[in-house]
This record gives sequence, structure tokens and C-alpha cells, in this order.
Amino acid sequence: MVEEIGSTADGNIILNVGPQHPATHGVLHLVITINGETIQKVEPHLGYIHRSIEKMCESLTYRQFIYVTSRMDYLSSHINNHACALCVEKGLQIEVPLRAQVIRVLMDELTRIASHELWWGAMAMDLGAFTPFFHAFREREAINDIMEETCGARLTMNYMVPGGVMQDIHPNFQKRVKEFIALFKSKVSEYNELVTGNIIFQNRMKGVGNLSAADAISFGCTGPTARGSGVSCDIRKLYPYEIYDTINFEEILETEGDSFARYMVRVREMSQSISIIEQLIDNIPEGDFQAKTKAVLKLPKGEFYQRVETARGDFGVYIVSEGGTTPYRIKFRSPGFSNLSALDHMARGSKLGDLVAMMGTLDLVIPDIDR
Amino acid sequence: MFILKYIKEVYSGLKSLVVGLRRTLYYFSHHKEIITQQYPDNRDTLVFPDRFKGEVVMVHDDKNEHACTGCTACELACPNATIKIITKFDITPEGKKKKAIDKFVYHLELCTMCNLCVVACPTDAIKMAQTFEHSVYNRAELTKILNKPDSKIRDGVE
Repeated sequence: MVEEIGSTADGNIILNVGPQHPATHGVLHLVITINGETIQKVEPHLGYIHRSIEKMCESLTYRQFIYVTSRMDYLSSHINNHACALCVEKGLQIEVPLRAQVIRVLMDELTRIASHELWWGAMAMDLGAFTPFFHAFREREAINDIMEETCGARLTMNYMVPGGVMQDIHPNFQKRVKEFIALFKSKVSEYNELVTGNIIFQNRMKGVGNLSAADAISFGCTGPTARGSGVSCDIRKLYPYEIYDTINFEEILETEGDSFARYMVRVREMSQSISIIEQLIDNIPEGDFQAKTKAVLKLPKGEFYQRVETARGDFGVYIVSEGGTTPYRIKFRSPGFSNLSALDHMARGSKLGDLVAMMGTLDLVIPDIDR
Repeated sequence: MFILKYIKEVYSGLKSLVVGLRRTLYYFSHHKEIITQQYPDNRDTLVFPDRFKGEVVMVHDDKNEHACTGCTACELACPNATIKIITKFDITPEGKKKKAIDKFVYHLELCTMCNLCVVACPTDAIKMAQTFEHSVYNRAELTKILNKPDSKIRDGVE
């Protein structure tokens, strides 16, 4: 633990960013040692939003604990719920109907777009551009409306249940999603006009926050953060779950490893998600939306692990069961925590003003890091 | 050569700024594409989807009858102990004791709108309402009793 105030013996100044700072997007506390404008060390202090979710889950049944995970990475809550549902299904060996699988994947990809939209707006806002934030929220609002209609909520849906999804899709769902695809395609050029091609934006992003492929692996980075460094780590490709192995999509990779590469990965991923949705939206098979399950779920004794690809990276659920109705131990592997650990390495030697840009490209969601 | 490159960069940089600014000016002159809702003013015209999860309510028909048998399936399904069912015993015309609900206590302040109680209910006695403005001045007002006074169970619901 370093001093949190003042200066060190060799003339370095210790600076606190957060826990209440608009650029940290939550209660993240960074203790930064600077020499003039140059960053010597970045030390994240966590614990400001710790809710002991893992411990809470131990007293909840296998149906109940899923809703809690929406409160971790609230921007990809669907995908978190999906991981939990898959893990319980793995333990119970439930065969999920094909219709439910397709609905789940559709919801996952819509969530991924919504999450990247918000990130894109917030990223530009970190660098001082306020307009993109509203443009991003306009498209995100369309997704939220779709979610509201089918799942009944806009952010914490709790739509995935062990065995399938909670309710069948709304009759308007397909029409609304097609409208959204058309809207997104007409507006995506704005993103490049407003931000990607902007000279100020490019100069602040290119060559900043370099993370080599070897470092990305050793820090445990996953998701777009690692893919920006050229590390192939898409769980949807490497360990396909649900119907991802039958869908035609490509894993987005950039090799530069700087902030701009991570930015481009996410922007391109949005278009990739749109193409997944386009493949599936007209091909939702008929059938049940939920498999028949017992009223009380009891996992057999053993350990179960399931990983999925959230908008931020590799999210894992690890359940230890003693055979009862509640888990003995639950561990969540959240992508944000590992991605944050690379921040110190990325930031050393760069200027203080670039720290916000680096943090923005990591796409940190603090409740996900702290749980 | 260096100067030429420099001028080129300045030119392309300026161009990128103009391209971005054009977008801003476009929306400045196209008011119809703005989708902002003036929330408190449009309260009367707000339409919510049927599935919107606002709060749990108990369905009562015209005769002030509900379908809740007091089986406590919702109470068991709730992750946050939001629901507490207090039962009583009614005497049927045949002289038998029959379990019925006395109070269906619902703590809105604990509810996370996860919909598990509605799914668990075997008789569809409760559902999610589309209300969303839940602020009150006194916290005690958030604890609600969902069955209406003098309501009783509908005939034929077991």
C-alpha cells in the first residue's frame, strides 16, 4: 500500500483519480505516481462497490441466483445470465430446445451491440467529444425498446432461466429487430464520420497504451482488449456454446495493440453482431421456448464451469455443488478485473492525459470488477 | 518533401473536422430526427409494453375475487424475501377448515422485478403492473398488502 497523498522521496507526485471521477465510469480509485506529466505507476484500489455477490449466491437456489449476475456487468446482463443458465444446464444435463437457443443468441448479440454502443459514446466523451454520446444512445434506445417489449426490462432483464428463456419472444420481436438493423446500418457511417476519422481522435489514440500480444496473455486479458493485440480469444469461436458453431461469423482481430486497435475491434464487432442477427432473425425455429424442468433444481455433486464471451471478454461461472438446492460455492471470473490489471503496464511512461484514453479502451464496468 | 507531407496532413485533418461538423449541422437543421422524449410532460401519452415489470399486483375481478390459494410458491421463489403470505383458516359451508390468504404482504422496496414469483404462481393470481413511479415520502408506504379488503378466492380455484 502506497501513500495516497503527497510526494515520494525521489520527487514524484502521488495523484488520486477517483473514486468519484467522471472518467472512471464508476467508483474506481486509481493512485497514480507521476513525475511531471509522465506516469510512473498506476495502482487501482478496489472495493468501493463490493456487494459480495459470490457469497450471496450461496444462499440462493439455482433459479434465484441468476438475477444477481445482471448486477455485475450490467451492460451485458443477458450474457451473464446466459453463462449461469448454461452452467446449471450442464450440471443437470438439460437439453435446451433449439428455439430457446436461437432466442438466447439473438439476445446476446443485441446486448453486445448495446454495450459497444454505450462504450463508443462514453469513449468519445472521455476524450472530450460530447455529441457522439447522444448518437450512440439513440441506437441503444432502439435495442432497449426491443428488450423492454420481450423481456420486460431495459437493463436487468433476468430473461435466461435454466432450460431456456422465461417467456416466448413478443410477436413484434422480429419486426422490431429488422427495423433496428436497418436503422443501425443507416447510422453506422455517422460513427466513422464523427469519431473514427477525426484527426484529433486518431492522434490521441494511435500509438497510445501499447499492449503486446505476450503481455495481453500474461495479464489474462480477454475480449476486445486482447483481440486488439492480435490474441485470438473469442470464446464463441474457440469453445462454441449454444448454436455459435453453426453461425457464420468472423473473429475480429487487430494487431497493432494500441488504443486505436482496441477501438476498431469494438466498432467492427458491432457490424459482426449485426450479421449474426441477420442470419438468425428469419430462421427462429418453431418449438418450445423452455425445456421441461423440475420445480426444484438440484445439481449433482461435483464441479461445473461454463465460459461465455461477454462484450468485455471471457466470463466464467464456476459452481461447486454438494448435491443440494443451493450451490456450495460460486466463483465468477469477470473479464474486467483482468483487463484492468493490464492498465499499469500500459500506462507506464506515457502522459497523464492519455490515461483516460487507455482506460476508455479497456471498457471497464466497475461493478463487474468488484462484484 | 517534409513540408508537402505536413501540408497534406493539415489538410486531411481539417477535412476530417469538417466532415464531423457536417453531421452536427445536419441534426441542427433536421429537428424531426430528434427522438428525445419530454418525460414528465408526456406522462399521459406514455405507452408501456404489456410485459414491462413495474411492480407485482394481484389480479382482482369485478366481484372482488382473486385466484390466490396461499400456496406460498411465490414466497419460496423470491430471492429477496419480498413476499410474505399470512394465511388464515376459513370455515366452508360444509363445516370444513380451508386455508386462505389473510394478507399478501409485498415489500416493493426489496423487489428487483425479476419476475420469478409470477412464473412460479400456479394459478396466475399475481402479475407485473406497468407502473414505474414508485417514489414516496415515507418508506413504510412501500410495504403493500396486495389482496384488497374483503376480497376472497374465486370459486373453482384450487
